[in-house]
Amino acid sequence: MTPTFLLIIVCGVLFGCGVYLLLARSVVRALVGLLLIGNGVNLLFMVASGPAGRAPIIGTSDPADQADPVPQAMVLTAIVISLCMTAFMLALAHRSWQLSDTDVLADDTEDVRIVQRAVENDMSDSDFHESGQTTALDDDSLARTTDSNDEQTSDDDAPAGHQPPPADEKEADR
Amino acid sequence: MTAEMLVPLPVLLPLIGAGIALATARSTFVQRIVSIAVLISNLTIAGLLLAAADSSGPQVVQAGNWGPTEGITLVVDRLSALMLIVSSVTILAVLLYSIGQGRSSFDTQDDGESPLPIFHPSMLVLTAGVSTTFISGDLFHIYVGFEILLAASFVLLTLGGTAERVRAGISYAYVSLLSSTLFLATIALIYAATGTVNLALLSERIPDLPDGTKLALHAMLLLAFSVKAAVFPLSSWLPDSYPTAPAPVTAVFAGLLTKVGVYAIIRTQTLLFTDGRLDTLLLWAALLTMIVGILGAVAQNDIKRMLSFTLVSHIGYMIFGIGVASVAGYSAAIFYIVHHIAIQTALFLVTGLIERYGGSTSLSKLGGLAGAVPFLAVLYFIPALNLAGVPPFSGFLGKVGLMQAGAELGTPLAYLLLAGSAITSLLTLYPLGRVWTRAFWQSQPEDVEEHLEGASRHGNDQPLGPGVVWPTAGLVVATCALTVAAGPLFGITDRAAVDLLDRTPYVSTVLGGETGDP
Repeated sequence: MTPTFLLIIVCGVLFGCGVYLLLARSVVRALVGLLLIGNGVNLLFMVASGPAGRAPIIGTSDPADQADPVPQAMVLTAIVISLCMTAFMLALAHRSWQLSDTDVLADDTEDVRIVQRAVENDMSDSDFHESGQTTALDDDSLARTTDSNDEQTSDDDAPAGHQPPPADEKEADR
Repeated sequence: MTAEMLVPLPVLLPLIGAGIALATARSTFVQRIVSIAVLISNLTIAGLLLAAADSSGPQVVQAGNWGPTEGITLVVDRLSALMLIVSSVTILAVLLYSIGQGRSSFDTQDDGESPLPIFHPSMLVLTAGVSTTFISGDLFHIYVGFEILLAASFVLLTLGGTAERVRAGISYAYVSLLSSTLFLATIALIYAATGTVNLALLSERIPDLPDGTKLALHAMLLLAFSVKAAVFPLSSWLPDSYPTAPAPVTAVFAGLLTKVGVYAIIRTQTLLFTDGRLDTLLLWAALLTMIVGILGAVAQNDIKRMLSFTLVSHIGYMIFGIGVASVAGYSAAIFYIVHHIAIQTALFLVTGLIERYGGSTSLSKLGGLAGAVPFLAVLYFIPALNLAGVPPFSGFLGKVGLMQAGAELGTPLAYLLLAGSAITSLLTLYPLGRVWTRAFWQSQPEDVEEHLEGASRHGNDQPLGPGVVWPTAGLVVATCALTVAAGPLFGITDRAAVDLLDRTPYVSTVLGGETGDP
């Protein structure tokens, strides 16, 4: 079997661009990346089915010249599936934009809280804290999360509910 | 009527049921009847299939009567039948729980806007996807099964579309889609190398491939499935995305979705790549998954997140059994999967009850539950001990089975894993015990009292009605039944493991005597 060299090159370029786009935090950019990779995989199936031949329809040509129909059937299935997933991801991106005016993915608040504790070297047992402190930490970390995410966007893009608590209130809690 | 005719039903019935449930979205009652009926018949069918597979070997259906080279093959052997039974039981319990939760249950969290009518249909589609993966006899159909269950799980995870769930859903969706794409690319390469995607045919053709090609395909498949199964370096997406979903959804995800990945690893390890070149790698991954997962759990302050980390950690045990790659190893791994699906689902349902009663799953906001609702303490206590592997329970039996298999292997790495699994067991006790002392026995923090009143003002007059308690209690009893029935269960898993390593019954039944070679 001699695969088409050009198809392999295109496939590689699609994968490369796709991976680069996937590294973005923007939901839509990452989706475009995923789509590029998906199309790269579809081309890979075409490479896998061997050299091009006549249409795989019985009776129109000699069976020896026909293209392999199985990978084509699989690619069709894969295309339909990726269409559905794209629709759903676009809906998610739209919802994310509705909720926070940005399609940049936010950090997980709980993770941020743990990282923050690690940075502060806070070895105390959180079970026996006064409950107020945990809440203050949560709000604080939420605020930091949005700050770090919104560097590219302007300040008024930050969601209204995520204002950091006043400093004196935090002092009182500790 | 032969047992073979039952094989496609675990996929067909939920899909038909999902269609009916979607069409009758206006009537909650009809939806509930349909989904419960579908799952009970699924359970019955799975039971019959297990009996048939156990007595007369794998049951095979060639869809549309196409041959194994070009058509889709559906196979139910002992392993698949066992998985079908456990998945039906857990989904049934979870559906009963969500029905008992009532219509208003999601509304308080979601400003009353949550699209409730799609819950039952998506759950049924999820069931169909999980069953598809378990019974499919070719790689591409496994991919389709993955995508069906992924699509349903995306909907379930982002139910209601709150900011937190959308954030978790997006990262979950990207990781899952990326691993599926990797899997699809591997399928393309495997087709290019062998000219088939049928597992039985592949098991004959893959040994003829050059070593380098074999290793590359093997590694790519393992990578794709390990993301699904949350094996250590690829597991960080899981604790990030599961805890935001409503309790019944998290329970099903935690019980089933990762195990589907483990199941796929077992299938490919036993059927396709039998040379065991990556077994050492798997054992290291198992060790790291156990230790890193449980250390993550220790740091958590939220019960749901803590349980998600123990879920990651205990995936390590199953990978341990697979990596040992002996009959004892596979048998114990299958036993552990069955045990863990039930136990993890039960724990998440109990956490759902805690959340309903206490209004939160954060340890800093809970307290004094043992005095207020003693039965909840019992419901938590039994699966918690079971998960940690305290002697009389099935968790202990599974771990002992794994350790015996590891000891039989006898390499230094195997002994390191024995130590690792013992340490992980003990460390599992710590976060679970912390929940036990903090949420159940310590007195409540003062501001929680207001919180409780707030919760009841939202319309949760009876947060722990019989509708939610009985399904949870039933599942907890089922996990105890696993302990009692451990003997016969180990018998089945032993025979399943022998079949897996022997390969001939599976391959010869699927190919039906013909080799399929042109």
